[in-house]
Amino acid sequence: MIWLTGIITLAIMALVFGLILGFAAVRFKVEGDPLVDQIDEVLPQTQCGQCGYPGCRPYAEAIANGDDINKCPPGGEATIQKLADITGREAKPLDAAHGVEDTKKVAYIREDECIGCMKCIQACPVDAIIGATRQMHTIIADECTGCDLCVEPCPVDCIDMIPVEAKTERWRWDLNSIPITVVNTVEAKTAAAKNEQEQP
Amino acid sequence: MSQHNPVKLWRFHGGVHPPERKELANSTAIRSLPLPTVLYIPLRQHIGVSGNVCVKPGDRVLRGQALTEPGVYGGLPVHAPTSGIVGEVIEHPSNHPSQLPEPVLPISPDGQHEAMSFQALTDAMSLSPLKLIQHLHNSGVAGLGGAGFPTAQKLSQARNIELLIINGVECEPYIVSDDRLMREHAEGIIRGVTLLQHILQHEQQQPEAIIAVEDNKPEAISALRAALGETHSNIRVQVIPTLYPSGGEKQLIQILTGKQVPVRGYPADIGILMQNVGTAFAIAAAVDKGEPFMERVVTLTGEAFQQPGTAWVLLGTPIQHLLECGELNPSEQQRIIVGGPMMGYTVADPLTPIIKTTNCILAPTAVELPAAENESPCIRCGMCEQVCPASLLPQQLQWLAKAKDHEGLAKHNLADCIECGACAYVCPSEIPLVHYYRKAKAEMREERIEQQKSEIARLRFEARQERLEREKIERQERHKKAAEAREKALAAREKQAASDDTTPAADKGASDPIKAALARAKAKRALQQEQQQEAQQPAPAATDIDPQKARVAAAIARAKAKREAMAAEASNAAKTEQPGDNNES
Repeated sequence: MIWLTGIITLAIMALVFGLILGFAAVRFKVEGDPLVDQIDEVLPQTQCGQCGYPGCRPYAEAIANGDDINKCPPGGEATIQKLADITGREAKPLDAAHGVEDTKKVAYIREDECIGCMKCIQACPVDAIIGATRQMHTIIADECTGCDLCVEPCPVDCIDMIPVEAKTERWRWDLNSIPITVVNTVEAKTAAAKNEQEQP
Repeated sequence: MSQHNPVKLWRFHGGVHPPERKELANSTAIRSLPLPTVLYIPLRQHIGVSGNVCVKPGDRVLRGQALTEPGVYGGLPVHAPTSGIVGEVIEHPSNHPSQLPEPVLPISPDGQHEAMSFQALTDAMSLSPLKLIQHLHNSGVAGLGGAGFPTAQKLSQARNIELLIINGVECEPYIVSDDRLMREHAEGIIRGVTLLQHILQHEQQQPEAIIAVEDNKPEAISALRAALGETHSNIRVQVIPTLYPSGGEKQLIQILTGKQVPVRGYPADIGILMQNVGTAFAIAAAVDKGEPFMERVVTLTGEAFQQPGTAWVLLGTPIQHLLECGELNPSEQQRIIVGGPMMGYTVADPLTPIIKTTNCILAPTAVELPAAENESPCIRCGMCEQVCPASLLPQQLQWLAKAKDHEGLAKHNLADCIECGACAYVCPSEIPLVHYYRKAKAEMREERIEQQKSEIARLRFEARQERLEREKIERQERHKKAAEAREKALAAREKQAASDDTTPAADKGASDPIKAALARAKAKRALQQEQQQEAQQPAPAATDIDPQKARVAAAIARAKAKREAMAAEASNAAKTEQPGDNNES
């Protein structure tokens, strides 16, 4: 008798918990993959496609599905390190097949050569080019991610990739990159000597 | 007054007593220097954007003439400090630790030193604060204490200020610019303070003003007290004990009021506004004499100078000129430091110009101030923690900065570091701690900016994808609708054709009833037959598809011809290097 009660009790409990779990699975269903969002967050969002996917989000999805984490040249080593932390995989050096880490660049259209063909506008993944058919196009430098994708389609090759200039307010305090701080003492010496001569 | 009525002073955590070395330069009056042969006027000498250049190369400008105007972003104007010929805007090493080139406007002085007629504001006390602030902006006045924040902007953002602190502490060793200014121009400073009080009044109530001076400047204190007299009841001179860095904004507020400025906040959040004594003097000159900000007091000090002292230096003067005027006797590896020994930075190019925030040129001998090169490992002695005026943990920050642990640095409040250098001063291992913090701060700032930029790029990318998707769906819908419309039109045409076939037959035999009946029967049969045929095989549709096919083929041929024509044109255009026709299709 006792074993029958036990079986019935356990069966009822299993049913109740099963219902709760089933309800929770429907009620608290997670839309999308949170891992993809996390990965997408650390990718540099240049949308350059150098990884072989059409944008950062698709690459994030591919990484979540097991693709290598070392295919993003704009992100470089820092991004690989972060991806390794998120995915729990080992950090690898950047895969050279997808390009090398480069200085940050911004596209520039030589405006008098532009024929207004709209091809770069269609290629830009972040809509950072403005213009209209047969009208000169130009790049919104602040929105440009430096992805290079507009250079190839241009029929008249009027787009240059210009390295971003260093500015004092965004300087990285790299004292070693400054030339040795020795003042041109010879000049100052001669000037001092001249002064002395003037004041006997 | 305050001598007889001692007020309570608080103290901040830590602080150091480095050798003051002020006697080198503070015993002589502020000199006037001969004009340099060329001035390099940086277009931006303050925090914020630069204005638009409003003079042309070759123009002769007068002393006080504006060289830039605010423009759309409201940059602070800079003015010609002397009369001369303006050159073209060039890139020139900036007065910044990086020495990165920035645009400057060279002026060749003509030696006349001819000034334009200045428009003084008479009866300034009856003018509205807004008008005075506007005047200060046009006069190019920026904070002379360190950061160079545009004064007009600081004043217009201030609300409900109850206490105005005038910073005459000048706690950094060697520097005596403010000291000499207070000794020689105490009236001007007091006048500036009253103007500031007028600007900052709210609800007819002027804020109380405290002029804070360290007790190592007795002459300055007595000069200020003498200038103050008994007439200004709501201004007082407060003597504070000498301790580095008492002149830091947050530190001085804590000494005088016992209050702490909130993290990531401003003194205005607790009803306090601070201005440097030099700024107060510049405000008085701008309002009472109408003189824009063109020159400032600079200390020339260090044992390598044979003639140390202070001087009125025109903005844009190359440092080389000051070295000559101070009769520098340079050693082999002579270092030139802008600012003091604690917070200053060395400059490599002697043609670096003096800007609004430059208060001192220090040329020490190698014995006097040896360059720190013997960095040893941290021994965790904890002396840095004892002296940090911001109550931080310098050694911990150093470890975190070396490990590039930005989260850890944020958690340890690196942002609150004022980079005063007290920790590096006491460090027995001679670790350049502040350098690590500055680098880490810059890296964190870059990371933040990159993060923001990538976030914007992501949003733009997603918006674009969405737009493309929407356009695709719209296009498909349009095509579907067009196809439906075509089908409908086709059906209508068929019906029309069918009825066209029947009606003429009926009309033909209208005269004879029998013939007409026969014809009707025939027509009916024919119609039935036709309908049967229609039901059996979709023949009419087939016959109609053929013209459709022909139309499509024709369109394809047309498109082909067009493309060929365009390709020919494009190649022509490429050959002749002329803008060709577009191929937008």
